[in-house]
Parts: sequence; C-alpha cells; structure tokens
Amino acid sequence: MNGVTPYLLLSAVLFATGLAGALIRRNAIIVLIGIELMLNAANLNFIAFARFGPGAEQGNGTIFVLFSIGVAAAEAAVGLALIIAVYRHFKSAQVDQPATLRG
Amino acid sequence: MSPAFLILALLAVAGAVAAVGLRNLIHCALALAVALAAIAGVYLHLGAEFIAFAQLLVYLGAVAILILFAILLTRGSERSGSGIFSAGWGWGLGVALGLLATVAGVFVSARFPRAAAAVSAAPAGARELGTDLMTRHILALELIGLLLTAALIGAVILALHERGREAAPGEGR
Repeated sequence: MNGVTPYLLLSAVLFATGLAGALIRRNAIIVLIGIELMLNAANLNFIAFARFGPGAEQGNGTIFVLFSIGVAAAEAAVGLALIIAVYRHFKSAQVDQPATLRG
Repeated sequence: MSPAFLILALLAVAGAVAAVGLRNLIHCALALAVALAAIAGVYLHLGAEFIAFAQLLVYLGAVAILILFAILLTRGSERSGSGIFSAGWGWGLGVALGLLATVAGVFVSARFPRAAAAVSAAPAGARELGTDLMTRHILALELIGLLLTAALIGAVILALHERGREAAPGEGR
C-alpha cells in the first residue's frame, strides 16, 4: 500500500469523523467543526491526486484547494454569525432547540 | 508510507475525533486546531508548501480562532443535564461508519494509473501558482474576492446587535 492510497484513507477517515460530528452532536458549533473537517478531507484528496496523478506541474489541484480554502473561510464566517444570531434569539446554540425560525 | 506521515495522520485523526467527541467545547476547538495543523503537515509532506502555509494562516489563524470566539460568545447554551448527542445519534454514527467502510473499500481495491510509480514532477511552486492565478484563473480569483466581501458584509449584518429585539425576550417564539 503505497502511492496515493494512504492519503486517500486518511482523508476518508477525516471525512467520516466530520460527518459523524455533524450528524450526532447537538451543538451547532460542533456541527460547523465537522463541516470544516469534511472540507479539509476533500482538500487533502485534491492535493494527493495533484501530487500523484498526471499533470502535477500544472498546479490545477493546488489552485482548486486555494479556492476551496477561501470558500471555507467565507462559509465559517457566515455560519458562525448565523449561530450567534440564533443564540441571541433563542438563548441556545443547540440544533434541536429552535423549533421555529420565523422573525 | 513514511514514519512522518504515520505520525501526522495519527495526530490528525486523533485531533479530529477529539474535536467532534469531547464534552468541553473549548477542548473541541483546540483539538480542531491540532487536527488542522497536522493536515498542514501532511500538505508539507506532499510537497505542497504554499497550501500548507495557506492552511496554517487561514484555518489555524482565522477559522479556529473564530470558532473559539463563537464558543465563548455562546457560553451557557449547554445545560449540564442534557446530553451532548442529539436524539437518534446512532443513525448518524451508522451512516458515517457505513460511508467510511464503503469509501475505504473502494480506495483500497482501486487501481490508480501511476499510484505505484514514484513521483516525477514536482508540484507547482508559489511563483507558478501566482502566475496561474493572475492569468488563467483571474476570473475565479475576482469571484472569490467578491464572495469574501459579500460574506464579510453578511456576517457583520447577521451578527449585529439588535437592541430593539433584545428588550423583549421571548418575543416571536
């Protein structure tokens, strides 16, 4: 087992961990942490294939990960602002507490 | 599979599991920082230096600190009596484990064209990345600038303190 496979396995474990965190925890911030972990697992796949696949010198995988990191930063900022707004309204950051999301 | 990769992978997995499994939210955020740093180390190990340092700057320097601040701002939302797991968490765990088994099985059994061969060409360095960003991917670069600006304004507007609403607690429930 060499080449690209160990990196893919690591990324699969990270993705499954993030998915489990996003699905089973009640706190919205941990759900966001799980999403960040899943994005990182995807980025790891991109870099591994960019390194071991053909055309590594073109840098397409690297460029893709750069943009993915930028989108993840925007997503984290908006997500945390949403969590803080919901917390201010419902006095709770648990995902199962706000049963109504109207004004 | 080198020892450096094994250590980094163990750190990343342990940090990730701790980040989603610990009870104390502050510990979760710090474990996430450990996992992100270990992933940056894996990027270095793969020869993608620029991405590794971008990961350190953006994820460790901004996202992890942002999450830490959000945890501190929403203190007191966790009640000591209630559990940290949602109802029906067994289903979620089952889905995640099933996905892991499926994807790992595919990865182990897959035959990649050049997976066994040693890496020939070094990946693009910072100079090539900069040239690429400014020529071939200039539209995407402008778009992500626009997206980040919109996200910044949106986050500020969402998190703005609404004093009028705050005066009447429980209103709108």
